[in-house]
Amino acid sequence: MSLDVTALRQQFPILKTQIDGKPLVYLDNAATTQKPQAVIDALVEFYTTCNANVHRGSHYLSDEATRRYEKARTTVASFIHANAKEEVIWTSGTTESLNIIAHGLAQQLQPGDEVLITEMEHHANLVTWQQACIKTGAKLVVIPINEAGELEVARFEAALNTQTRLVAFPHVSNALGTINPINELTAMAKKVGALVSIDGAQGIAHGGVDVQAIGCDFYSFSGHKLFGPTGIGCLWGRQQVLEDWPVWQTGGEMIADVEYQNTTFGALPNRLEAGTPNIAGAIGMAAAIDWFAALDQHAIQTHEKALLARANELAADMPGMRLIGTAKHKVGIMSFLLDGTHPADIGFILDRQGIAIRTGDNCAQPLMKRLKIPGTARASFSIYNTIEEVEAFFNALKKAQTMLA
Amino acid sequence: MQLPSSQEIIDDLAFFDDWEQRYQYIIDLGKALPGLPEEARTPDCLVKGCQSQVWLVARNHDGRLQFDVDSDAVIVQGLLALVMAAYNDKTPKQILDFDIDQYFQELDLERHITPTRGNGLRAIVAKINGLARNAVH
Repeated sequence: MSLDVTALRQQFPILKTQIDGKPLVYLDNAATTQKPQAVIDALVEFYTTCNANVHRGSHYLSDEATRRYEKARTTVASFIHANAKEEVIWTSGTTESLNIIAHGLAQQLQPGDEVLITEMEHHANLVTWQQACIKTGAKLVVIPINEAGELEVARFEAALNTQTRLVAFPHVSNALGTINPINELTAMAKKVGALVSIDGAQGIAHGGVDVQAIGCDFYSFSGHKLFGPTGIGCLWGRQQVLEDWPVWQTGGEMIADVEYQNTTFGALPNRLEAGTPNIAGAIGMAAAIDWFAALDQHAIQTHEKALLARANELAADMPGMRLIGTAKHKVGIMSFLLDGTHPADIGFILDRQGIAIRTGDNCAQPLMKRLKIPGTARASFSIYNTIEEVEAFFNALKKAQTMLA
Repeated sequence: MQLPSSQEIIDDLAFFDDWEQRYQYIIDLGKALPGLPEEARTPDCLVKGCQSQVWLVARNHDGRLQFDVDSDAVIVQGLLALVMAAYNDKTPKQILDFDIDQYFQELDLERHITPTRGNGLRAIVAKINGLARNAVH
């Protein structure tokens, strides 16, 4: 069955927006996705009917808020096939998730230890590990990519050794769209006993994440790239690893017993969740997952592939267009340069035509340096985009090319 | 080419009724700026934005501040020309008295100079105002 994109779009009120009198064509989905009415309603409903603080159940509203908040955790756990809901830690997003891991890792690393990352990292999956290495004297090893933007798997495997403490890579590259062979990479890292942390910010919205099948130790992602609210995300960690993981922030909620000179920390998941959490965000994120999981996954994957295929077809006919990231396996992310034009200028002209794209370094300055480019323009497609929008994007690009010539 | 005054630019831009002409005008203004030779684009005069880069060199000429600017993006260069029309070869007091937000509003371009845009324009405006304040003291 094919996807009824028109009906799907009806569920996203923001897609009716006009920019300078032109219909919005939203192609910045790798930055954040738009929210369906179901998610907006869940947030409003929470604040309208059952707002209270959680885990302090001395009254009806608090019980109800806690029930929904913990149910949201269960929703996330089953969405990613976690072994137990205690393995799901609420965070403010992927960045905080990665910081929890890096903060704990910094307490374990020693000079001589190695942390492996790749050349395709977002700053969130680079600066975190880099700083942990700087603090401890461990070595940050960066595995190269090839010209298509694919990880050099053989070099990755060759770099692994008994000193490798942690391996970090993205499920999907935000700048290049490359889908990494995460199961294969994890299996290789596990052979040398390294911890495996996957940055799932871009991978989660493409469905089918099964943390147990992957075999990794950590998988981090954000709600807002999965049709959910901003300011909420998850750190999934294997229970045996998280149980002893150094606590992150300290304060209320994360404790068992407190005395003036000593504190016994609580159990998972609370020990890694200090303070009042983002309750509405968690509930909104679960609403997004419920909404997303109810879609025909095969149909949306087919649709996403069709969008990228049409874009590739039009790109091939576009004189002077250079695609950055041409991996065999990639999601609907198209980073590009147009000969003789600056990405910022392309962004201006597209914006004026109602088309929203990203321009700049894609939060990946070392990658841009590696590719010897100042940055890119990037269009990223989501399930509610249409073939007509892809075509409108290319028509707008042609106009930009003419105007900037 | 002599850069038009800020008022002339406001009048010129109001004359166009479609955005393409307006952008073309801005691009052409940018191309009319002398820019900076490669060797003058040093890191210490670089104002970094995450989308595009701009360079600013300033000097005080008999109590008037003069600037040379350049950008790697042509529309940003055009927007810089608009800023130059307002600020270049003016006294520090004239610079500080000039309402740049009002100006961009009149040009219907305020969206391009908001602090959230990473194009470095806001940073240039702040830097010029800082230089003007220092010159007054």
